[in-house]
Amino acid sequence: MKHLIQNVLDLAKLKKADYADIRVVRRQMEEIEVKNGNVEALTSDEDFGFGIRVLFQGAWGFACSSKVNRQEVESVFGKALKIARGSSKVKGQDVSFPPTSPAVATYKTPISINPLSISPEDKLKLLLKADEIMRKNKKVKISEAFMGSYNTAKTFASTEGSYIEQEIIECGAGISATAIERGEVQVRSYPNSFRGNFSTKGYEWIEELKILAHAQRVAEEAEQLLWAKPCPSKITTLILDSSQLALQVHESIGHPIELDRILGTEASYAGTSFIKPQMVGNFRYGSEKVNITADAALPGGLGTFGYDDEGIRAQRVPIISQGILINVLTSRETAHILGKESNGTMRADGWNRIPLIRMTNINLEPGEWTLEQMIADTDDGLFLSTNRSWSIDDRRINFQFGTEIGWEIKNGKLGEMVKNPTYTGITPQFWNSCDAIAKRDHWQMWGTPNCGKGEPGQVAHVGHATAPARFRNVQVGIMKS
Amino acid sequence: MIAREAGIKLLKRMVQESTADQTEAILLTEDSSLTRFAHSAIHQHVAERNGTLILRLVMGKKISVVTTNNLRPSSLRATLQKAIALAKAQQPNEAFTSLPKPKLIPPLDTFSANIARLTPAKKVRIIKEVLALVKDKGHTASGAFSHGVVELAVVNSLGVEAYQKYSDLFFHLIVEEGQNSGYASFVSRVPEQLDGKALVESAIKKVSREEPIQVEPGEYEVIIEPYAVGELLLFLGYLGFHALAVQEGRSFLCGQFGQKMVNEKVTIYDDGLDPAGLQVPFDFEGVPKQKVTFFGEGLAKEITYDSYTAARDGKESTGHGLIPPNTEGPIPINLFMKGGESSLEEMVRSVRKGIYVTRFHYTNVVEPMKAVITGMTRDGTFLIEEGEIKKPVKNLRFTESILKALCRVTAISKDRKTCSPGTVYARRFVTGTVVPAIKVDGFNFSGVSSL
Repeated sequence: MKHLIQNVLDLAKLKKADYADIRVVRRQMEEIEVKNGNVEALTSDEDFGFGIRVLFQGAWGFACSSKVNRQEVESVFGKALKIARGSSKVKGQDVSFPPTSPAVATYKTPISINPLSISPEDKLKLLLKADEIMRKNKKVKISEAFMGSYNTAKTFASTEGSYIEQEIIECGAGISATAIERGEVQVRSYPNSFRGNFSTKGYEWIEELKILAHAQRVAEEAEQLLWAKPCPSKITTLILDSSQLALQVHESIGHPIELDRILGTEASYAGTSFIKPQMVGNFRYGSEKVNITADAALPGGLGTFGYDDEGIRAQRVPIISQGILINVLTSRETAHILGKESNGTMRADGWNRIPLIRMTNINLEPGEWTLEQMIADTDDGLFLSTNRSWSIDDRRINFQFGTEIGWEIKNGKLGEMVKNPTYTGITPQFWNSCDAIAKRDHWQMWGTPNCGKGEPGQVAHVGHATAPARFRNVQVGIMKS
Repeated sequence: MIAREAGIKLLKRMVQESTADQTEAILLTEDSSLTRFAHSAIHQHVAERNGTLILRLVMGKKISVVTTNNLRPSSLRATLQKAIALAKAQQPNEAFTSLPKPKLIPPLDTFSANIARLTPAKKVRIIKEVLALVKDKGHTASGAFSHGVVELAVVNSLGVEAYQKYSDLFFHLIVEEGQNSGYASFVSRVPEQLDGKALVESAIKKVSREEPIQVEPGEYEVIIEPYAVGELLLFLGYLGFHALAVQEGRSFLCGQFGQKMVNEKVTIYDDGLDPAGLQVPFDFEGVPKQKVTFFGEGLAKEITYDSYTAARDGKESTGHGLIPPNTEGPIPINLFMKGGESSLEEMVRSVRKGIYVTRFHYTNVVEPMKAVITGMTRDGTFLIEEGEIKKPVKNLRFTESILKALCRVTAISKDRKTCSPGTVYARRFVTGTVVPAIKVDGFNFSGVSSL
């Protein structure tokens, strides 16, 4: 493989490419989905191929193939070069791609137990047991349990001399119970909605989740939601649990701080950002309580890796400090616009996609409260948990979220359960209304394995560590029945 | 590309070598390219060649699915062994009956050889021409232009043997002017049908040089363009038009068959064979496509089936199987809404005070049984007063039941447009939704963008 890679990089130099890199990626995946006592999916997937990125005459070309042999590699390089040459005719300004020190390195996710080494039988046993517990509740009409195990081995090499081999191991699991009655559908999940929680850890992560211990509660809460009162419609104080807050961070901070979006290159699909380059360093994004970091080196985060797909080492970067936006997510091509160097966020969804600026682990740093203190300090409000729906406009300014469950807060105590909770807001107003964040022992890492961006579409695995937080004067109860 | 004979031969060999009771082998190949531009300059141009084999093995009632894109003989043998091992480890699914038996597949031409003429240089020339037209009007543009050739072959041990080659291209264009933008898109299987000038004119119609005004949230009369109508239909298809959702009791159609659910002007159906759309002769199980009418003149009528859900209801598959393992259900992918009697201009003239919506952005489900969704408007939202489009408005958030909106449809355009989301995650298989513009008397906007 090394010879194959070196050969094409030599060819790139011979053809006078300004820069070229190649990524050879092999992904193995095993997923199991149990529903209503049946194993609906037991799948194994292997995906292998390479992609070559060429910078030529100030423009990019990229081509890729699943046939990994010398002839195909050379043919694909030729195609990438041809594409770059064609694109240079309508390129606007030349791509500026400052050189970087070459890295020769290896990285492997530290794990105790390889999740792909655990037999499917053992995994099925766990999931079927959880499913059985949930189905004991007769109001539960759909019980689901999911487990996924992933291994990505990738080699990155560039004409600058970088040669980086990485092996990223991930896994995750989750359960959900859907209660249905009289046209009402209510769902509860654990540890998170949309298949569970995911981490760059080994099978020990699945064991830590203890999904069996939560199956009965999840079913009971789904049933209780059938009879719960609707979320009131009013402006009130909102406390979000850490899982919902993770998605709030994702949508209203993580995406707006991607510099490619800020510069408009995602306009045709995912949209742009309300942030402008000149706002970096002075814009008050949130209250003084709000501190956000992008930390690609945080152990266990789903956005944790050794090097990004441009050969830049994973790093921890302060993004919002005491409410002020001080940095954004950058790449080698874009960072210089802010007078900075890349902070290593370029990642591709496999061999057949180009790297884009992606979130790493975008974390809301912990505060000083306990959740109990926060509730006790709230006269009137709502405590909402576990995402059910999300939506935000193309500049990431107007958002609306729904959660699976909520509870009223009255006179410093949790009150009645409410169903179909929703809330809406304007990004900077919302973050400026944050007046309390729970402390580190409430701080939890959430893996988001379904972050979509780019054309052709790419799905990134990213993480968010958050602790519950409180927001004032939020509009809740937007549901139109 | 692997071609019919070689593809079928490869799949037959896999099926023959399998020791399972039933075996299904699917081959999906792709040779595609996508070019993106922003600020009127190309910033991304990518090409991909890939081929994926999907094996579904059945041992008794135990089922496994294994996928690989490594098509070397040694890898294929290993893939088969892996599938056998996984099937043995499986639990029986008592609801499973059988893979489908062969049925006659209608011959359809879904491939244009001219797709090969879209070389990188040719595509760049087309984009350059589009951008020049945009520049002539003093605007800039963002967008993407993609084309591809896809082959789908399905063979199973019961005698199913199906192959189809598809070409496709889509072009979506956002013309920008300050805070305003306008959108137009095109999707087809035939490259000659792309008319860059018409696309530019359509997008530019939505671009105003006026500052957008803010309108208060509330219920308005709306004119919804086909791009947005198509999105509404896709949500209905995902949430409720298919058998799995009904069988699980989570579809809005549960208990409603034969009942009037939406306005009698509304007929919505799925038809992979209708030449007005992007035709697809058979599904991912090799079952020929049938027309399925969900709402016929307002009445709830039929749902789509794959072989698994059909067996559970004692029915025949309607040809809506998706790539296995499909746990989402036989979601329809060739949706149509019947056109009406009006022109778009007549519809606008009939609005006293309302909102004109070009497209939606980032829509998501709020309450599935009522088909309540939320999302934002984007790329061309206007205030209509006294029958005229007056001013651009800041983007609005809507939170509305699609079913309620369809109850309040008072006009439907004669003309329909083939719309496609225009992006591809994972495996490429481009289809389209053929839809008119609609007028809805009462559509709930729940918020407004502050920008």
